[in-house]
Amino acid sequence: MVAAIIFSVMLIAGFGWFGINILKIRSNILLGRDIDRKDKPGQRWKTMALVALGQKKMFARPIPALLHLGIYVAFVITQVELIEIITDGIRGSHRIFMSSLGGLYTLAISIIEVLSVAALIATIAFLTRRNILKLPRFKKPEMKGFPTFDANLILVMELILVTCIFTMNGADEALYLKGASHASHEAGSFGFAISSWVGPHLFGGFSVETLHILERIGWWGHWVMVLAFLNYLPYSKHFHILLAFPNTYYSNLEKKGKFTNMEAVTNEVKLMLDPTADPYAAPVADATPQRFGAKDVNDLTWKNLMDAYTCTECGRCTSSCPANITGKKLSPRKIMMDTRDRLVEYADGKRKNGKDYEDGKSLLGDYITEEEVWACTSCNACVQECPVNIDPLAIIVDLRRYLVMEESKMPTELTGMLTNIENNGAPWQFSPADRGNWIHED
Amino acid sequence: MSTLHVPTMAEMMAQGQTPDILFWVGCSGSFDDRAKKITKALVRILNECQVNFAVLGAEESCTGDPAKRAGNEFTFQMQAMMNIQVLDGYEVKKIVTACPHCFNTLKNEYPELGGKYEVIHHTQLIQELINSGKLKIKEGGVFKGKKITFHDPCYLGRANDVYEAPRALIEKLDAELVEMKRCKTTGLCCGAGGAQMFKEAEKGNKEVNVERTEDALETEATIIATGCPFCNTMMTDGVKNFNKEHEIQVLDVAELIANAAEL
Ligand code: SF4
Ligand code: SF4
Repeated sequence: MVAAIIFSVMLIAGFGWFGINILKIRSNILLGRDIDRKDKPGQRWKTMALVALGQKKMFARPIPALLHLGIYVAFVITQVELIEIITDGIRGSHRIFMSSLGGLYTLAISIIEVLSVAALIATIAFLTRRNILKLPRFKKPEMKGFPTFDANLILVMELILVTCIFTMNGADEALYLKGASHASHEAGSFGFAISSWVGPHLFGGFSVETLHILERIGWWGHWVMVLAFLNYLPYSKHFHILLAFPNTYYSNLEKKGKFTNMEAVTNEVKLMLDPTADPYAAPVADATPQRFGAKDVNDLTWKNLMDAYTCTECGRCTSSCPANITGKKLSPRKIMMDTRDRLVEYADGKRKNGKDYEDGKSLLGDYITEEEVWACTSCNACVQECPVNIDPLAIIVDLRRYLVMEESKMPTELTGMLTNIENNGAPWQFSPADRGNWIHED
Repeated sequence: MSTLHVPTMAEMMAQGQTPDILFWVGCSGSFDDRAKKITKALVRILNECQVNFAVLGAEESCTGDPAKRAGNEFTFQMQAMMNIQVLDGYEVKKIVTACPHCFNTLKNEYPELGGKYEVIHHTQLIQELINSGKLKIKEGGVFKGKKITFHDPCYLGRANDVYEAPRALIEKLDAELVEMKRCKTTGLCCGAGGAQMFKEAEKGNKEVNVERTEDALETEATIIATGCPFCNTMMTDGVKNFNKEHEIQVLDVAELIANAAEL
């Protein structure tokens, strides 16, 4: 009874806190400008199914993809077990689904066990890859400090979780063999794929009392880890396991080369080109943004901000970026991480000090430098590589737009190039009248 | 070499004719000495196949692509609107261009400003001409047995998913098409895109075109085929950087085809 109360309090507190955090992230994302991503639902569902559920882009690199798939499928299927834990916890029962599901129960738990081992192997492989093999993409400057700790912590949490599962099932199996499990009054075996072997081998020598304690440690440990994981998630790059779905659903479905059209500019240009247009005509509602391009996170769209929360910090973008490969400061992963960090800071500031609060900082300048922004070749390699369809280039372009249109700050050669286009209709200093000269030259 | 036949839209209009297709030459193709050769190679192919085409000549102006990539939406839209006025004035329906940047901008970014045309890259047009039998390439031509590698232009490949047309053309040459380790969707940029062509690179430890040329050298190809005048410049400079300009040629796919067809 006491156990059931403790359990229920933990359940409500754990899920409640998680819910509050989700709402907070949602409101942070909605600080972004509006952009319409509701068209073509069919194509969107398909993209989500392929990219998020089917992990299509992960398979560009098959070995990490398979390891990742092991963890992912295990994560999804263990949710079945989670439901049982919650039911047992509230009702004070033991393995409530066992009698009603029968053989199916054995199958389900066996699958969970096998996948847990797969996840364990994958986890060890990932820890090794990160810390011993020192892959360059995990060692970039933006990965110092929390990001590396975050990556390792989550892997250690998984390790503990899997250990708990096998302590729980293994000890219970040993009890069952002695006829002392709470699941049944007779002696027998659960027949689970792995713990029916692990149980007698690891736990066979313990007394019934010790086994009961071990089984409970595993069970409660499992539950605590689930809640810990759930509540750590919103602070971590592992939030992608949830956000990958909406983020791929709202993917950009246009050709990658198509940059967004700035409607506010269109209206002004039309006025400039058409002498008969009425300059006092009512402006199109909301067409003029507070500024051209983006200086801070609230100038970006909600999709850019969702991208930032979805980033898994895997660095596939950065390792394919021509600027980064050749030693420039630009790293598309850093662009995403900076956007997220700044958004959290910006939104927390407003939450604490009222919505008119300005902290005098901005994404451009305090987080991302002009040098980074100008190093991009707009090649779309980062967009192509991202396993969860993030678009770092969209942010880079909006930062450039701000620099050029609001502050006229750009490398001097570009000022010249732009002047040439405006005066001569070509980026170089040639006379427009000579444009057809090639026809008659040989 | 026979003289080129290049009518302008204005000339055609004066004679009451309408061309089937407009050849959008682009700034590079009009003014850059190296790129002009690519322009002429394409014209020779168009002439050979008696394609009813025209150019805008002095009425053409920059699409605005470099302005847009540099973040100046005003300059871009001014250019776009003026070009659309000219194009619509001539009732242009279909456009071919040898520049993936013009291709991308005309195809993807002009429609929202009112300019709606069917736009194709020159490699796609040449492929059509060969497939329909209008253009014939002799077997065992000048490129027989040569190793050729194709450098994917970002604005043709990743930006617009055109990977096959240029490769299909190279295969018609009886040559051996060898792929670089980074190709198609994973192709590495030449370093010119996003207005980089017009400025010094930021501080780093290497130029992007040098990194990319290394990929090409690894394939041991003697010809680097390109489909973009800017890639062509970048790869040519890259080859010079390794002092290989006497062993390795950088040629546009249009030039390869024109040479093979002995035009
Ligand atoms: S689009 Fe820009 S940031 Fe992305 S890979 Fe290319 S150069 Fe790097
Ligand atoms: S943007 Fe995408 S590819 Fe880049 S680190 Fe984040 S998840 Fe990985």
